[in-house]
Parts: sequence; C-alpha cells; structure tokens
Amino acid sequence: MAVIFQGVGAAAALASSPSNSFDSNKSVFAPRRSFSVRKGASFAVVRSDGTVNLNPKDRRAQLLISNAVATKADSAAASSSSKPGHELLLFEALLEGLEEEMERDPHVCVMGEDVGHYGGSYKVTKGLAKKFGDLRVLDTPIAENSFTGMGIGAAMTGLRPVVEGMNMGFLLLAFNQISNNCGMLHYTSGGQFTIPIVIRGPGGVGRQLGAEHSQRLESYFQSIPGIQMVACSTPYNAKGLMKAAIRSENPVILFEHVLLYNLKERIPDEDYICNLEEAEMVRPGEHVTILTYSRMRYHVMQAAKTLVNKGYDPEVIDIRSLKPFDLFTIGNSVKKTHRVLIVEECMRTGGIGASLTAAITENFNDYLDAPIMCLSSQDVPTPYAGTLEEVTVVQPAQIVTAVEQLCQ
Amino acid sequence: MATAFSAPKFAAQPFTTISPTSQHKPLKIPTAASPFLGSTRKLLRLSSSSQLNLRRRSSGSVFAVSDVVKEKKPTPIPSLLITKEEGLELYEDMVLGRSFEDMCAQMYYRGKMFGFVHLYNGQEAVSTGFIKLLKQQDSVVSTYRDHVHALSKGVPARAVMSELFGKTTGCCRGQGGSMHMFSSEHNLIGGFAFIGEGIPVATGAAFTSKYKREVLKEADCDHVTLAFFGDGTCNNGQFFECLNMAALWKLPIVFVVENNLWAIGMSHLRATSDPQIYKKGPAFGMPGVHVDGMDVLKVREVAKEAIARARRGEGPTLVECETYRFRGHSLADPDELRDPTEKAHYAARDPITALKKYLIENNLSGEAELKAIDKKIDELLEDAVEFADESPLPPRSQLLENVFADPKGFGIGPDGRYRCEDPKFTQGTAHV
Repeated sequence: MAVIFQGVGAAAALASSPSNSFDSNKSVFAPRRSFSVRKGASFAVVRSDGTVNLNPKDRRAQLLISNAVATKADSAAASSSSKPGHELLLFEALLEGLEEEMERDPHVCVMGEDVGHYGGSYKVTKGLAKKFGDLRVLDTPIAENSFTGMGIGAAMTGLRPVVEGMNMGFLLLAFNQISNNCGMLHYTSGGQFTIPIVIRGPGGVGRQLGAEHSQRLESYFQSIPGIQMVACSTPYNAKGLMKAAIRSENPVILFEHVLLYNLKERIPDEDYICNLEEAEMVRPGEHVTILTYSRMRYHVMQAAKTLVNKGYDPEVIDIRSLKPFDLFTIGNSVKKTHRVLIVEECMRTGGIGASLTAAITENFNDYLDAPIMCLSSQDVPTPYAGTLEEVTVVQPAQIVTAVEQLCQ
Repeated sequence: MATAFSAPKFAAQPFTTISPTSQHKPLKIPTAASPFLGSTRKLLRLSSSSQLNLRRRSSGSVFAVSDVVKEKKPTPIPSLLITKEEGLELYEDMVLGRSFEDMCAQMYYRGKMFGFVHLYNGQEAVSTGFIKLLKQQDSVVSTYRDHVHALSKGVPARAVMSELFGKTTGCCRGQGGSMHMFSSEHNLIGGFAFIGEGIPVATGAAFTSKYKREVLKEADCDHVTLAFFGDGTCNNGQFFECLNMAALWKLPIVFVVENNLWAIGMSHLRATSDPQIYKKGPAFGMPGVHVDGMDVLKVREVAKEAIARARRGEGPTLVECETYRFRGHSLADPDELRDPTEKAHYAARDPITALKKYLIENNLSGEAELKAIDKKIDELLEDAVEFADESPLPPRSQLLENVFADPKGFGIGPDGRYRCEDPKFTQGTAHV
C-alpha cells in the first residue's frame, strides 16, 4: 500500500509494506534511511483507504515518517479534493507544527515579541497564547539579547523554548547570546548542558522593506560552531523542519522568508518531520545542478520552465540545511550533471553560496566540467526603491542566462 | 565588550567626584577613615556585645522602596546570628576559597595553568554568605571570577583544579577552563567570559523554575537562581534588560552585585553616573539592598531574606555587596592603579579574620579547632593539586565530542553517511 502525499511523486521510498519500507529502498537515500531506522524512527501506518491511526495516547500507533523527501515530478500543482491531506498556507503550516509539538511536550514554550496576544507579527503563533497561556507563549519586552539569553538559560535547565525574532535582522542584537552561549555552552561545559532551543524568524528581502528589514543573517551565523541552520521554503518542509528542530537536542536556527508565508500547499494529515541535515530534490535533471534555498527556489523553478522550453534539463535541489551542507545529495547530483549553479539570496561576500562553492570544490572538483557559478545578491544595502531592489536580488532571467552559459 | 585583559599603564590620581544632582551626597573614594561610598547607613560593627540587637533590620538591610517587601516586626531573637555548626561551615568554606585561589596563583606561576585567571581573594564573604544558604537544586550563575562560586556550590576542589590544569578529569573535561566552570550536578550554570552574558542565562533558569511551578504543575518547585556579577556589569544593557524582565514576571532570582569598585583598571566612580547600584533595583520595581560584603554574617542575613522572597514567589531582589579584591583583576594585571591606602583599608576588613574573631569572641569555637580546619583545607588542596597533576590530558579523540548534543549536527558526508559515523570521528581526526 502506497502512502500518497500531494506533491511527493515517485515516493519509491515510501511504497511497499511499512515494516520494511525503508530497508528495501534502493534509492540513493538508502544509507541514511537505514540510519534513521537504527535511530528508532517509526513507520506510518497508512491504510490503503488513506486513513491513519492517530490515537495520540498510543505512541506506537502514532508513527512518524522520518524522511519524506522524495522526487517530485514538478512543483506542487493544483490540488484536488479527492486527495488526502489538507491545504494550508506556509505560516499556518508553521503554526500547526508548533502547536502539535506544544501539545506533545509540555516543555515546549515560545518566547518573543508580540507572539502572545498579537499572535505573532506574521501570525505564526496565532491563537497559541489563548490555548496554552501567557507563560508558555511569552510576550517579551524588546530586549533581544536578553530574551534570547533567557531562552538559552531555560533550555539549559530543562525547557525547550522556541525564540522568535520578529524579523531575523533583530537577532543581530542577540548575536552575543547566539554565538557565545547558544553555540558554545554545550562544549565549554564538557557536554553537561544541552541547549535544545529553536531560534526562528522571517528574513530575506521583502517588498521594499528597506535595508535593515531585508537582511540575510544566515551568512553571519554560519561560522558559529555548535548550531544548525535550516531554511524552509514550502508549507510541507516548513512544518517538517519546525517539528524536527523542536525535537532536536541541538540548537537550531530556522530561517523563514517574509515573502513565502502565504504559499499554499496540500500537506499530509499525519505526523511527519523533515530531516534537518538533508537537502530536498525539487526537480531531477541531467544537464546542470542548481542549488538554492528559501525564496530563490521559486525564482529557480520559474527559470526552469523557460529552460525546459529551451531544451535544458536542470536538476534543482533545495539545500534546506544551510549548516551543515548535505554533501551526499549535492555530491550525487554533481557526479551526474558535472555543472553547478548556486542561486541564493545571500550577499556575494561570505554568503552561503561562497561556503557551498568551497565545499563542492573541495570534495567534488574532479567531477566538474566547468567552474561553479554562484548567483548571489549584490553587496549593497537593499534599497527602498522597487526598481533598485529588484536588481539587488537574483531574477529568473539571470538564472536562465547563467545556465546557458554553463552548458555551452 | 569587556573581556579579561589588563589595562594599559598610566599614572592616575584619585579624585573626588561631585554628583551634579543635589540629592546625592558628594562621593569620595574611601580612605581608611571614611565609610564606603554608596552606603548611607553607618556600618554596624559586629562586636561581642550581646546587648546589640544584631537582627535589627537596619543593619545594611532591605531598602524597601517598593512596597512589595514587607517590613518584619522585631521578634524575640537569639543574641547570636549563627550556631557553632553554621559558623564552622562558613569558616571552612571561606578558608577553602581563599586557600584555593592562593594555590591557583602558585600553580599559574609554576606554569601549570594558562590564560586568564581571575582570583577571588577578599570577596569570599559574598560567595559563602549567599551560596551556603542554597539547596542543591538551586542554581548559581557567575562570571569569569567563578572558582570560589563553584567551590561554595559544592563542586569538588579536585574537579575545579583539574579543569584549571586543562585535564580531562576537570568539571568540564578541560574544555572550559578558568572562566567556564559548569556543573550540572551542582546546578552551577557557568562561568562566562563576557560580562553580562550570564545574567540572561540566570534569568532563564529562574524562568524555568517558575514555569515548572505554574505550567508543569510541579507545586513544590521553588528553585532560586543567584546571578553574581560585578560593578562594571551594572552599566551593561543586559543587566538592565534582565532587571526589567525578572521584576515583570516575578522570577525567583537574586541579582548579587559584587561591587569591588574596579573593573580591571576602571574605577567604578569613573564609569558610572550614579555609583549607588542598589538604587537601580527600585527603578525596575524590586527592592535594592546595600550590604557590607566583607562581613559574611551581614551578607548571610540579607541573603536569607532575598532568597526567601524569591522562594515565596514575590520576585527578584538586587543586592549590592560592597567588597574588594585583594589581588589584581587577573594574574596578568600588575594592579598599579589602586591606591595602597584603599587596599589597606579593605585588608583590615578581611572577611576571614573577621569571622574568626567573631567565632572566638562569642565562644563558638577556639584557635585549635579553627587551625585544624585550616590544616584540613591545606591537605585537601594538596590532594587536589596532586590529583590534577596526575590526571591525563584530553586526548585528540575528545575534540569533536560535545560540539553537538546530537552529533548528527555535523551533517552528511559525500559518502552518504553521517560524519559522526565516520570511525575517525571518535579519534578526533574526522573531516567535519
């Protein structure tokens, strides 16, 4: 019996009987699947009529799909009501993931500015304060460094806080706590204290929000040892990554994007998480590997349409895990296509793309037929004017040109 | 950010500062005769006279500017503040702290420990006075001057000394060092190198205590957190932000300021517009208390009230302890800026000598017994140094452990396996 999810097409990994669906998998993901199995990931009991046993009291019945990454034929097409799952927007997916984890574990709490009564500046925590109370969904004063530190102290003493930066840029004020304490205390304490904190918030370039509200902090945080960084891009992986981040014993920074909150997708009803360290294959192809994350994924997919019409077959991978990189998925792709294009929203200097270029060159240089191309945002403060803002970020036309150049 | 490094040398004359606002008295750097700046009450000298009402609230006690603190009615009291057992416990703890720090200095100059080492000599009354009142489940957060806080909280001297020597048997496996003492068993949550960055962590620990009581319904959870920090930190944003949050949510925390008047070479008077730190408490809605930090019994009295307040759920207290460090800021500090008269003034108020005098004069103990404690501590420290000396250095294999609680965080390598599955990972040589 196949487990059917909208947009999770071939799903070779998820076919066949639940008891050994992962072990018998022959896809490239097999080794990691078996690792997940060893770690005790459970299997979904999905009957052929699509219903799922979701009795929350019965742990074994409520099972997880630990890795639902699989190939997709194309981007999520129109949903039909006969398919299982439910449709929602990305911010609702985040909310759903957060709410489910809060129900599952009473130690999970939320802290941030306007997360409580206001419901979150992007409505990611809407309704939670009413449901869980003002202490569990804590409205903090405007003191990022201190409330992030407070979250870290709470994490060290047994809670699992989710700290929201109203805009990722505000977390620059919390850099002291994130770098020194969040990243390092597990190590400097000799492993005595764990910091299972999630720091999340919207970042990226929006619609004329001005320079300071349009920052990409992933490049600043990537050197901090001891943290993991993930970026969500679809409602499916937003919910999955949120849940995985909360369950992780490591400190995780979850990057959301201001312009993606209203994306709509049909996601499964049953419990699932997305592996924090894995990349997502968006569109398999043969000619060129395009690595991207967050909003740029959509620019890339838009460019892909044009490229397909022109006869190219790009392989698009959403790297999702910004730290650490999933070198297995990326490497397999490079070995197949021999050409790499990185499309990111980070600044050119010291961005994620720069690190990724270095990592690929270091590990897969022999497989490259051409130098890696990296398309990043311009090294300028994001201008307010719309025309200028448009040219600071990578546009689909540039991606098409880059691929054409690469594939000469 | 302020970190531990010694100030450049320059000649400085002590000078008098006159506060521009008329409500403050002109403040002077203390000389041998004048009272401590910031104290608007006369210091109540402990004497053997049993007629003195030693429990009177006015002795360096709670400044109840906010009406949250109730005034205690005078109750019939014993004439002494402590029992013999308590007195000996306090004495032993302070002697341990002092001797340990002296041993650290010795070991440093012998090349057994390196880097920045900040010693606590002279301030023992604050650590002992507060921490000896805590339960095991209460938390302590400190700064880089944290050896004695660790010892008072119960971390064995062996573990602290080994950590300083960088050995794998140290309390943090040698990975933290002098400025990062941690102990999950004893709830010592650091040890922080940047000043001020521990205060939010302490606030978080207090938040957890309140959360456990109110959300997780662990009704008997009344754990208190103590945050220790210095006068320099009181000009830092994190201090004020946490005072606000702690008072706002009535967190069970006590903010203990160890005002030793100097932040490396920066005099508190030269750095602070209003040097009376305790007054900053009421501005945020919590009581601000000033106490003589060279007198362990006075500190203990104030600590009792502040900790009890926190346990009752009435919220935080800001306690400013006037104290002094006998040594320089760190072992690298030549300590040339401080006036010798000032140093002599505080040396005369050595907390250990004062307690010893009190114990003997009140017939709680005798010379012989106290000398026996001194000897016991000396032997303990010899043993600690020997243990640390003989302990192994951390092997290479320890390098990659503890970076992540879940080592999957190192990611997936090109071969499809997690990096932490690589056999070289446990040897410390894996490519991550």
